[in-house]
Amino acid sequence: MSSAWVLVGGCTAVTAVIKGVGPFALGGRPLPGWLLAIVGLLAPALLAALVATHALADGRHLKVGAVSAGVLAAGLVMWRTGSVAGCVVSAAVITALLRALGWAS
Amino acid sequence: MSDQPSPQRPDGASRAAHASARERLSAGARAGVPFALAGALVATSFGVLARRAGLPDLAVMAMSMLVFAGSAQFAALAIISAGGSVGAAIVAAALMNSRFLAMGVALAPSLPGGRLRRAAQGQTVVDASWAMALRADGSFDRHFLFGATASQYVTWTLGTLAGVLLGGVLGDPNRFGVDAIFPAFFLALLMAEARTPQRRAVALLGASIAVSLTPLTPAGVPILAAGAAALLGLRRRSA
Repeated sequence: MSSAWVLVGGCTAVTAVIKGVGPFALGGRPLPGWLLAIVGLLAPALLAALVATHALADGRHLKVGAVSAGVLAAGLVMWRTGSVAGCVVSAAVITALLRALGWAS
Repeated sequence: MSDQPSPQRPDGASRAAHASARERLSAGARAGVPFALAGALVATSFGVLARRAGLPDLAVMAMSMLVFAGSAQFAALAIISAGGSVGAAIVAAALMNSRFLAMGVALAPSLPGGRLRRAAQGQTVVDASWAMALRADGSFDRHFLFGATASQYVTWTLGTLAGVLLGGVLGDPNRFGVDAIFPAFFLALLMAEARTPQRRAVALLGASIAVSLTPLTPAGVPILAAGAAALLGLRRRSA
């Protein structure tokens, strides 16, 4: 089996287990409070890490460029309008525009 | 698609509480449309970038249709694209999806049937649907959830297909700023997630950890390590 299919199978399995384990095992019983406190904060921690590493780095090199500006614009649009589509589209447009003009890579 | 910002609870969910299951499914499907449209753009970029990363077309489609979790798919793809191992990519996907554990626990009392049936219904949890299906009393309108997820699943799959089909035509998708769509989408999610000072502090710490480690560690490690920022939850509990 190729590594691509191992990746697909692995991601499918862990996602199914994570989504299913609560309804399967607990049936309404909540997680311990201390664990729930951690789990509940994983999303902002990991999302922020993903945003930062893609907006401010290229591979292992820190970099401020067209994507940084695009993501900044996206944040402003999201903040002012709350539109997810507007946020995503503005990021792509600003990034593409800066590259087309040769102002940033 | 599964990673959409948590919207404000729509009136539709509460109005639909006394409607038939079919009506609640339909109401959920309509409520999911705006998130489905945004998800289609992101899915297209996933299709393009996954193809560029060397994944076979069929594997790209299978990933979207079976995993159906944007943040996990992009996290795994980012690690593979940067030369990381498949194992690290799967771990990253699991960590990205860990919030679904808490969502599943909250949803469980609203799901009927035995263990396997509840687990199967739990597969329909995606961020926007979960939030929209939440009623004021803390219970969930499961049919509304199913409908909202169905809309997003369709466009996530079609968007990925478009990315796979157009990937060869588009050439370098970064010309169109496709590489900014992914972080922008997660920024939108993050802004919906970071509703409290504690969550904003965790986000800032997570970002700082990731950026600090980026030049120093192999691909994937900075994002995984950023999860340690969630330990602030223990500090606040004991304070």
